[in-house]
Amino acid sequence: MKRITTSALALVLSAGTAMAMGHSDCAAGKTLVEDTLTIATGNPAYYPWVMDDNPESGEGFEAAVGYAIAEKMGYGPDMVTWVRTSFDEAIQPGAKNFDFNMQQYSITPEREAMVDFSLPYYTSAMAVLTTSAVIEGGAEPTLESLKGLKWGAVATTTAVPMLNEIIQPDSDPLLYNDNADVNAAIMAGQIDAALYDLPTALYLSAVVVDNGALLGQFPPDQSETPDQFGLLMEEGNPLKECVDAAITELTESGELAAIEVQWLAEATGVPVIQ
Amino acid sequence: MAEQDLYQSAAGDKPAAPTRREAYEASVRRRSNRIALTSTAVVLLSVFILVPLAPGWEAVQRSFFNGEVFAKTFPGLLNAFLLDVMIFAWCAPLIALVGLGIALCRDVRAPALFPLRLFGAVYTDVFRGLPVVLVIYLIGFGIPGLGLPRPWNSPYIWGSLALILVYAAYVAEVIRSGIDSIHQSQRAAAASLGLSDADTMRFVVLPQAIRNVVPANMNLFIALQKDVALLSFIGPVEIFRQAGVYKSLYANFTPYVGAALIFLALTIPATRYADYLMNKQNRRRR
Repeated sequence: MKRITTSALALVLSAGTAMAMGHSDCAAGKTLVEDTLTIATGNPAYYPWVMDDNPESGEGFEAAVGYAIAEKMGYGPDMVTWVRTSFDEAIQPGAKNFDFNMQQYSITPEREAMVDFSLPYYTSAMAVLTTSAVIEGGAEPTLESLKGLKWGAVATTTAVPMLNEIIQPDSDPLLYNDNADVNAAIMAGQIDAALYDLPTALYLSAVVVDNGALLGQFPPDQSETPDQFGLLMEEGNPLKECVDAAITELTESGELAAIEVQWLAEATGVPVIQ
Repeated sequence: MAEQDLYQSAAGDKPAAPTRREAYEASVRRRSNRIALTSTAVVLLSVFILVPLAPGWEAVQRSFFNGEVFAKTFPGLLNAFLLDVMIFAWCAPLIALVGLGIALCRDVRAPALFPLRLFGAVYTDVFRGLPVVLVIYLIGFGIPGLGLPRPWNSPYIWGSLALILVYAAYVAEVIRSGIDSIHQSQRAAAASLGLSDADTMRFVVLPQAIRNVVPANMNLFIALQKDVALLSFIGPVEIFRQAGVYKSLYANFTPYVGAALIFLALTIPATRYADYLMNKQNRRRR
């Protein structure tokens, strides 16, 4: 244990980042395991948030942001460990097995009452995933046309309240456990369309769903309550201020935007829903 | 209630003063009642006093027994529960019919109908051996995936079919055990009266067999009331799914507790009724 500590210290010193040392003071003694930052992600973690379900590679948007935040807090890449949790494990009362949890958690005031969120690291548009058959059938990117579709969504996402409040479909939406089940329902023709965050929808339409297509998007700047992703932490976690400082710094320096450009596809081709 | 009946039928003929033995038994009964009451009180008290003393109690209370979240979500849960009741209502009679059919298949005795017998055996083996969820996924997504047009690809239809297939296998086994419990002499007697095999089954064996297995089938239907919630895996927003939506909305598990209460309100009376039936039957047999 001692040797690990000293070698880690040597590493930080050899990196010679006095800045990072300063942040390290902020997080010192507040992490789950000393000198280690434990980050949780989903099981499995989906593209493009984490590439190949392998966050340790640092590839994929959230994996890259995770390492960037860790860096700002004074934790080099080999001082970061990844664990997997479900949504339920993240919000259950009692001791947590992560310092912060990163799997596209949308920040909402209701959730904020039970857990802590960091400042947002990404603001997502919502997009309508459908198939080319439905578009050929006359579906258009207008609210009027969307109302008449048969809808589906992942039950644990903020897409559900958004569906009910903004689109208000004529028939009750069907809800599923995860992306895979929604896709199965689309391919079985049980639903016409599903609501996802834009990067996930882009990936699913291009790679997973046969003849998948994006009908349109709800851009975040047009929404009263845009879908913002934050790191989820246990209520009252003292690490929050350090994480927030790191995210602020990444945002202001433009590094966060650069990571976004690197990993999340451009979505200019997707029509905006009227 | 049931015990009282028993008591009256045993002692009802002679309403004379209690004998010494009866007096003694009454005092023993009173004593065991007192002890049972005390031990129950001690256990309940320690639960109510000790659990809140646990260090994490406040956090648990906030995420599982949150009054505010409960009040906000309970009406929506009740509403979603209607869907459970509906699915149950159309599945239960179909399960009874299919189950009876499979049980009869397993009992055919004509050599030419052996394939039916084989089918019955394979059917019960397969569907009792598979997890319900797996069957629901396979049938609920698989068959519509073959390219059925709407509304014939509805998850309600195929999910219900999955439940019916699985539960019919259990019901068939129960009914078959009922049929087996009817003594061979009954069939022999029916044959000597000139009844055909089919008439023997219909008028002699089945009426007795079904009556014998009513309590066991009640248990299956109580289980079905809960398994209806598994249909949520393929889309329908019934109470369990609705509770999950509220859970993720509020990052709070209280909606599940609300759903559990609603389930209990229905299953506990049903369980009691099944027990009552079973007791009644046991008494008649004695």
